[in-house]
Amino acid sequence: MTKITYVTHDSKTHEIDVQNGLTVMEGAVQNDIPGIDADCGGGMACATCHVYVKEEWLDKLPKKEDGEEDMLDMAFEPKKNSRLSCQLIVSDDLEGLTVDIPSKQA
Amino acid sequence: MNKTDALIIGAGPTGLFTAHQLKLIGLDCEIVDNLDKIGGQCIELYPDKPIYDIPAVPECTGEELTNNLINQLKPFDIKFHLSERVDEVKKDSDKWIVKTSKGKTFSTPNVIIAGGVGSFEPRKFAPKECEKFENKSLFYSVKDKKIFEGKAVTIFGGGDSALDWAVELSKNSKVNLVHRRDEFRGAQATVDQVKELEKSGKINVFTKFQLNKVNGSNEIESIDIKHDNNEIKNIETDYLLGFFGLIMQLGPIANWGLNIDKKTIQVDTEKFETNQKGIYAIGDICTYPGKLKLILSGFHEGALAARACFKLARPNEKYRFEFTTTSSNLLKRLGKKSD
Repeated sequence: MTKITYVTHDSKTHEIDVQNGLTVMEGAVQNDIPGIDADCGGGMACATCHVYVKEEWLDKLPKKEDGEEDMLDMAFEPKKNSRLSCQLIVSDDLEGLTVDIPSKQA
Repeated sequence: MNKTDALIIGAGPTGLFTAHQLKLIGLDCEIVDNLDKIGGQCIELYPDKPIYDIPAVPECTGEELTNNLINQLKPFDIKFHLSERVDEVKKDSDKWIVKTSKGKTFSTPNVIIAGGVGSFEPRKFAPKECEKFENKSLFYSVKDKKIFEGKAVTIFGGGDSALDWAVELSKNSKVNLVHRRDEFRGAQATVDQVKELEKSGKINVFTKFQLNKVNGSNEIESIDIKHDNNEIKNIETDYLLGFFGLIMQLGPIANWGLNIDKKTIQVDTEKFETNQKGIYAIGDICTYPGKLKLILSGFHEGALAARACFKLARPNEKYRFEFTTTSSNLLKRLGKKSD
């Protein structure tokens, strides 16, 4: 289990223990955190699990695979610290990760 | 008014196989889909991505799966209504009256919703004021390129649609192309073409910029775009075009009186019927205890829903279960000779 903090757009924080091996997206969906739609179910095909990662985490996360940046082009208000949460696999290295959920996904 | 035994909403894999099942048991059906092509998510989202969990098909792409399903429908005559969204479903005694966005109406005892995650709609610009200019001087697709002649057009996006239209419109308009990063994901040849046109001053390219604000009361006068480093630039423009791909929206389905839970429709597992008699939901859009969002589950759900349709479409006949291997009836429908 790894502690992931989801901050929803209304500034509520949700600290969740997510099982290692799941994605940050799955951690949100399985725990009913609002604001992550994940329409395509984790296939990197829709950009509706878009999150903003806290700056200090940007370099600690696995690099974006081909295609993630392309999908982020289509996200709602992408920024430099945007990631698709379906591409972030939870492990001990992510202990304490905080992600901000955008006001909407589309 | 089109009369049919069953109307299928959604031409993805689940809708296509359900059409096969309906025709096989002797019912007619028509299919409506908001996309301009057959295949649903398989063709729109992952045409080239391999799928590994279709029974008896070790590996195929979304496009191959779609083509195989279309081939399987060849013996049958099925009417597709593409680029049309079903907007309204209303009860009229024992029939459902279905209206589409293009004004077509259907009368049918059975409506099968195979709508995936909803209909595909263009993704829109973020600033709120964009809405009031939509379809006047701000568009998400080009229907008549003539209106842009001699005008300033600002195009947003980094994919093929954005680049293709930048190249095309640069012939007769002043074109600005704005994208949120330096890399474009469109075809390399088009990217090169855009770079050439930029050199010769035909297209102004702004990268690492996004739309911040639209200025103007009735018509767009100018826009503010914001750089990654927060620098704001003002550009004069008459028109805005946004090409950010498509997003799936549940849309009008939410207004049909169905039990909806987190963008999915609750059904029983005998007929895959919703809380409304004669309306079924199958594939990714339906939910029930144990639901798996797999294509193979959609096939199963469609096959059972098709049998339920028989009862409402042919109330005076008895449905008889038959195998395609042995039934002369079924073989005839498939256009095959029986032994």
